[in-house]
Amino acid sequence: MIPPTFDYLRPTTLDEALRMLPDAGEDAKVLAGGQSLMPLLRLRLAYPDALVDLDRVDELRAIRDDGDAIVIGATATHHQVMHDPLVREHAPLVARATATVADPAVRHRGTFGGSLAHADPAGDLPAVALALDAVMLARSASGGDREIPARDFFVDWMTTALEPDELLTGVRVPKLGAGWGFHYEKFHRTAQAWAIVGVACAVRRVQGAVEDVRIGLTNMGATPVRATAVEERLGGSTLSDGTLREASAYAGEGTEPPSDLHGSSEYRSHLVQVLTRRALNAASAR
Amino acid sequence: MTEIGQARPRSEDARLVTGRTRWTDNITPAGTLHVAYLRSPHAHARIDRVDVEAAKARPNVVAVLSGADFAAEQGALPCAWQVTEDMKLPAHPPMAVDEVRYVGEPVACVVARDRYSAVDALEDIDVDYTPLPTVVDMERAIEDGADLVHSDLGTNASYTWVFEQGDLDAALRDAPVLLERRFVQQRLIPTAMEPRAVLCEPDGSGPNTDFTLYSATQIPHILRLMLSVVTEIPEHRIRVVAPDVGGGFGSKLQVYGEEVLALLLARRLGRPVKWTESRSEGNMAVHHGRDQIQKVTLAAERDGRIRGLKVELLADMGAYLMLVTPGVPLLGAFMFNGIYKMDAYSFTCTGVFTNKTPTDAYRGAGRPEATFAIERLMDELAAELGVDPVEVRRRNWIAHEEFPFETIAGLTYDTGNYEAATEKALALFEYDKLRAEQNDRRESGDPVQLGIGVSTYTEMCGLAPSRVLGSLSYGAGGWEHASVRVLPTGKVEVVTGSSAHGQGHETAWAQIAADRLGVPFDDVRVLHGDTAVSPKGMDTYGSRSLAVGGVALYRACDKVVDKARTIAAHLLEASEDDLEFSAGRFSVRGVGDAGLSIQEITQAAFAAHNLPDGLEPSLDSDATHDPDNFSFPHGTHLCAVEIDTETGFTKIRKYVAVDDVGNVVNPLIVEGQVHGGLAQGIAQALYEEAVYDADGNLTTTTMADYLVPSAADLPSFTTDRTETPAAGNPLGVKGVGEAGTIASTPAVVNAIVDGLRPFGVRDVPMPCTPERVWNALREGGDR
Repeated sequence: MIPPTFDYLRPTTLDEALRMLPDAGEDAKVLAGGQSLMPLLRLRLAYPDALVDLDRVDELRAIRDDGDAIVIGATATHHQVMHDPLVREHAPLVARATATVADPAVRHRGTFGGSLAHADPAGDLPAVALALDAVMLARSASGGDREIPARDFFVDWMTTALEPDELLTGVRVPKLGAGWGFHYEKFHRTAQAWAIVGVACAVRRVQGAVEDVRIGLTNMGATPVRATAVEERLGGSTLSDGTLREASAYAGEGTEPPSDLHGSSEYRSHLVQVLTRRALNAASAR
Repeated sequence: MTEIGQARPRSEDARLVTGRTRWTDNITPAGTLHVAYLRSPHAHARIDRVDVEAAKARPNVVAVLSGADFAAEQGALPCAWQVTEDMKLPAHPPMAVDEVRYVGEPVACVVARDRYSAVDALEDIDVDYTPLPTVVDMERAIEDGADLVHSDLGTNASYTWVFEQGDLDAALRDAPVLLERRFVQQRLIPTAMEPRAVLCEPDGSGPNTDFTLYSATQIPHILRLMLSVVTEIPEHRIRVVAPDVGGGFGSKLQVYGEEVLALLLARRLGRPVKWTESRSEGNMAVHHGRDQIQKVTLAAERDGRIRGLKVELLADMGAYLMLVTPGVPLLGAFMFNGIYKMDAYSFTCTGVFTNKTPTDAYRGAGRPEATFAIERLMDELAAELGVDPVEVRRRNWIAHEEFPFETIAGLTYDTGNYEAATEKALALFEYDKLRAEQNDRRESGDPVQLGIGVSTYTEMCGLAPSRVLGSLSYGAGGWEHASVRVLPTGKVEVVTGSSAHGQGHETAWAQIAADRLGVPFDDVRVLHGDTAVSPKGMDTYGSRSLAVGGVALYRACDKVVDKARTIAAHLLEASEDDLEFSAGRFSVRGVGDAGLSIQEITQAAFAAHNLPDGLEPSLDSDATHDPDNFSFPHGTHLCAVEIDTETGFTKIRKYVAVDDVGNVVNPLIVEGQVHGGLAQGIAQALYEEAVYDADGNLTTTTMADYLVPSAADLPSFTTDRTETPAAGNPLGVKGVGEAGTIASTPAVVNAIVDGLRPFGVRDVPMPCTPERVWNALREGGDR
């Protein structure tokens, strides 16, 4: 790998990292596993002045119980997340979706927070964060702590609401207990390939009727999006085959899916309907 | 001894899979300079000016050179296959001088003290281009008035090559069944695990400089000869070493510009120079494979018997003709008839220039394309007649008692037993049971449909008889060389001209020598891949190593045994005719314990105290084997796919491969070759495609876009064999390197089309991506 030249900063505490970030310049990038950033550097598609590597900031790695939620540290690796007992118990959708990320080598280096802050709409975890109504925990040296709901976090293609001097420190994922069902339905051509379309959903039913349903879509536009048109149609329903089929037909509403080598926009618009139906089916079977 | 046939784990694997070995990139002599190439971003453009001054001024940069700097000495890259007398062969400079003709063509290079500085300095080279009209589409390239890749040639057609046998017009006339199909063999990128790397180390100065060139190549011997021809550096001053090489699949059967330039740079700078490509660089600059448009017409009787076959090919050469570029599609000329009998056959191929990376040999080279067409046609014929696809093949194939059989394409198939392989495959596959399930799914309207594909392939390999190659105007022979050195302690060194790059020669060759000489397997060492160690060879490609090189070794071993017999007879005071050789020991027939081991005879030969008069004191031997005929592996592959009709996703449910590769030296190696071959053939059917946009930009430069399947995407293969020994060599071996690739692509596509036939679908273009399957379903349904 021959990336362009850059300064390399390696803080060992969060405070040090927060101090370094503003000084590293506007074109500095945060390195949190590097499984997306390094390929960009290798291909010389990114020319950062400096990299601030969070690898040695151990305090960002922890996954902890936070009452009615769990907090996943920003640099917890995918491998760590998918095997973590708290995640498996309280946020099984995260564990399930994380297990579909790339391959074991990537999952051992790539991080949960890195993946969210990278905000690639083809990434699996942003849609999951949306479906779970997760809250991004950000901190800067100047502004202190800030909480950003997932639905406000992804503002454009690979762009988040984080300020240049702000770090994502962790993600608060609400515990969704009894009555909730989850699923992540990922469609890709090979096991290691990006999702052509992915559907993350969480459904809560009371006595068979839908009380709450949230659907996050992967790779259906510049940002991960909620399939609100489907969500609206399912409230109070019993998720019968007919209802599901009817509602899922609206999964692409309001989306602007890309066309690329792996699928046309038209194909994605079709796929998202099928995958939404399947995701909801699987979620309601749990 | 029975070393031959043992399923020995490969002795080379520990060092290969851990990487603790000599890959070219691992070798860095003191003072090595590093090279980086600037490549054309245009598919076709005139080079107006190359300004290297700013790049030269960068730290650690030693030299920055453009094509003009090499123009006087770089010669032209060779094409060894003048397929017709009037073939258009454009000059192919290792580095472009005036004009670039594909994206990725080298335009300039930086030589620096480290690789980082070299790559950084590339950004400071300033090139002015004038874009020229770009030729991307093969069919449009040969229309009147088309833009030209090489304006001086006046045409984009390099050659048209024709083969005709029998009266095709008569066969087509009033044919009860006439099938016309157009198949596209998409362009593929070979994707060897180890990217290319070259290191050239000069020794001495002036005209007496010796050059050692290390390269991740399949062909050290051919490369040495060609480098000498291209650069006019005398052949004996060049030593080529292919250290451990991480795969090639034909992509390293080439003489690359970067290899020539390494030699020229080492000469110019007097220091070792090294270049290792990146994956995305390699995707653009390593030769590609396949890329044909096939128009095929099959005429048959109502009972399914084939009358004749007409094949009209367009083959994309890319921008230049490389080592065997024009010949690759012609290897298919002899294979379109497959295992079938017919009365008439006509083959026409036009090689077409486009502004794309040159094509050349890729695993199977011409034969997968041909096999695909005929095996797809056989399934189409079966569907047309409403007959089972296995049955329609049975009605046409050469029966086992008909061998040797001269085919309509003029080859003589020595042996084969298609009935046996097919019976075995059908049983393993549980064919009838899967057909029943298919029927159930169809009747119940299951969104997941089952498709079953058949491929009863053969191929010609063991390249190749020199006389046949000569008759095809190929520029070299096809023999192979081996030598055996018996050391004083009885240990054995085997030298082979066949250059392993992952195939397992070190194990298989040691098995042959151990078996023939009666020495322990561990007492044999196999040396290869260095022209200073292995002076003669024609290298490795075309599934030739065992069937040609292995047989050379077999013969060299026999020469050792013959000479040892003379010495043994002398020492035992017996007649040679009375000696038996078994398990490494000569004994006198009928005389109790009297005898001598091969080791004892070795010591006697080494001491030379008491040898027969006039006998040279050495047991060493050489043999060069040139076969009389190709060898013809064959087999029956059956594939079942599950097709999700809602998404178009295809999953291989079951894959059975029964191959007949003749006798087997090491079943584990054979199985490994079959598995890898299947993966590569399935990859063509489902995943891989080199895609160019309308401006001639390759859009699949990374592995995120060029999808190479991994184990996670492939089923567990069921493999088995029948063993019909090849008649043409004493080992009875045929070759297995390409069989899996050749057979599997049509098996998979046949399965997909079979699954979709009730929906009106009769073809899906490769790779059969989910979207293409979904489109086929939509369009088929409208019909």
